[in-house]
Amino acid sequence: MQRPKTLYDKIVDAHCVRSLDSAGRQLLLYVDRTVLNEYTSPQAFTALRDARRGVWRPDAALAVVDHVNPTASPRVRAMADPGGQTQTDYFAENCRDFGIELYDILHPLQGIEHVVMTETGRVMPGTVIAAGDSHTTTYGALGCLGFGIGTSDIEHYLATQTVIYRRLDTLAVDVQGALGPGVTPKDVVMALIRQIGAAGATGFAVEFRGPAIEAMSVEGRMTICNMAVECGARGAIVAPDERVFDYLQPKIDLGPALWERAVADWRGLRSDPDAPFDQHAVIEGAAIEPMVTWGTSPDQALPITAAVPDPASETDPDLRRDLERSLSYMGLRPGMRLTDIPIDRAFIGSCTNARIEDLRSAAEVVRGRRIAAGVRGMVVPGSSAVKRQAELEGLDRVFAEAGFEWRQSGCSMCLAMNDDVLAPGERCASSTNRNFEGRQGVGGRTHLMSPAMVAAAALSGRLADSRAIAVGG
Amino acid sequence: MAGPAAPLPAANIDTDIIMPKRYLKGVDRAGLREGVFHDLRFGAAGDPDPTFILNQPAWADAAFLVVGPNFGCGSSREHAVWGLLQLGVRALIGTNFAGIFFDNCARNGLVALALDLDQIGPLLALVSDPARNQLTIDLAAQTVTTAVGALPFRIDPLLKTMLLEGLDSVATTLKHQSEIHAFESSYLEANPWLLKDARTTRRQT
Repeated sequence: MQRPKTLYDKIVDAHCVRSLDSAGRQLLLYVDRTVLNEYTSPQAFTALRDARRGVWRPDAALAVVDHVNPTASPRVRAMADPGGQTQTDYFAENCRDFGIELYDILHPLQGIEHVVMTETGRVMPGTVIAAGDSHTTTYGALGCLGFGIGTSDIEHYLATQTVIYRRLDTLAVDVQGALGPGVTPKDVVMALIRQIGAAGATGFAVEFRGPAIEAMSVEGRMTICNMAVECGARGAIVAPDERVFDYLQPKIDLGPALWERAVADWRGLRSDPDAPFDQHAVIEGAAIEPMVTWGTSPDQALPITAAVPDPASETDPDLRRDLERSLSYMGLRPGMRLTDIPIDRAFIGSCTNARIEDLRSAAEVVRGRRIAAGVRGMVVPGSSAVKRQAELEGLDRVFAEAGFEWRQSGCSMCLAMNDDVLAPGERCASSTNRNFEGRQGVGGRTHLMSPAMVAAAALSGRLADSRAIAVGG
Repeated sequence: MAGPAAPLPAANIDTDIIMPKRYLKGVDRAGLREGVFHDLRFGAAGDPDPTFILNQPAWADAAFLVVGPNFGCGSSREHAVWGLLQLGVRALIGTNFAGIFFDNCARNGLVALALDLDQIGPLLALVSDPARNQLTIDLAAQTVTTAVGALPFRIDPLLKTMLLEGLDSVATTLKHQSEIHAFESSYLEANPWLLKDARTTRRQT
């Protein structure tokens, strides 16, 4: 009888071209697809040009401009930022010369790379996608092993269709029970990161499972898999189910016979009942409350009902020093209630939380209300397709009437590589994924939370519990 | 490799701190020395911050950094590694490194060593003393020699070979290109819904 295997190991084994060591830890891994962006790919293309190498499978790559483009309307190709212009020009030149499909700034399917990949049906169960962005873990929501790579590995992938890969340990995360009212997938992953720490899954591939995951939409699972990298996971998978097949069916054109064959295969993509995981974590779904970060690392998070921690109660001197530094950067006093923290900006966007379901949940909170005086609110849809869908549903008007700016899609102020940035000292309620020092602008202060929680904070002018705001006004 | 080492004990030093985004706007690898740790090295007016360790004479030419846990977390930007190398950093010594960053170090010959938690505390204390912050790293022998003795370290054998021999990994992999072709043919045959031309699977709307 065969040894029981995890879903992760099944996918890795199915993509192993050759073993690179006697222990079977290092291997040459076949990669099905990639998505390229304008800022991590240029040096990889230059290296190919210098070595006179071609791209192994141009059909398997998609290129999307997302990190540096402005999000103001109307869209224009020319950029005020010369660096961004050079990057997008060179990107277009590389795509043309190497035969890679490009969604540039003016393309109707432009958007954040991970939003675009999933919504255009390019992410299929059982595949491997490696890409030059850490949030490639998003694709695990569809039963795909997605992981981020650096520019040297982009070059290696483009030239060989493979990457040199070290097999990870496996971590099973069981989300038990059901989530409470007003608790979202973002809160689940933020609770996990708080529980296991910012390096809690370093060296691991995570499999999310349990009733709360099974009951979750595919887009919700994307949020969880996306942000699993913030606790170090280099792969985060959910076994594909009917929700996934229903999500993909309208996006993929295979003809009925091939589609049925694919689905029959995908149904087998699950961990064997006795598959050995190296570690386990359990989260009680009903115990999760809406979460916010108060510090400068994603694990510095608490339920919105809590207060800012006091470094004086930390006995480890290194941890106390890190806590003090975080609070100093964030301009917070120990012991103050999180709901007493005033904000200057509210940002709804990013590959974590700017899909249509995210925009709907935030719109329900702000519908018929106005954001607080002195708060600047921005909504940056995850893709041009998400933007069009939201406009069909009238969400753009809901946000605009509440006082939010309704903008064009892109990574925008998640990492502030374009002109959407916080001023020094500005404090932002943000539906993004990283609250690092300077992430949204030098001296900017980021509080991570779900889109509904950003909406609630924007209305209140301070961090707020979205559950206290009656939906639909 | 021998030289002075500097302590950077904070946990979770992310790649946004190592290489802020305004240095990511190039299409080559040039000019990243200025960007590395920029917001720690320089004040708002652009003047060096004397409290930052790498601005102090004993550590200004650090060849090694002894770092806190989860160094290099966050973004996949390889610019962080290129910048560290341009600053003269040859090796990082910590307890654990973020996965993508660790691979990026390996691909560029920047040695990233993981020691045990009980080894890193004394090492941090040692290199915080300007009289005793010289280290020697012997990759082949797998030892870090300090002013008070030698510490053994573990390293993946494949990674060790790649670091010692400085292999062009693309060229090495391409030696197996017929094997990759054979794998690809049988893989696509077994998974026909993936299609030989991946562009054709998308439903046109």
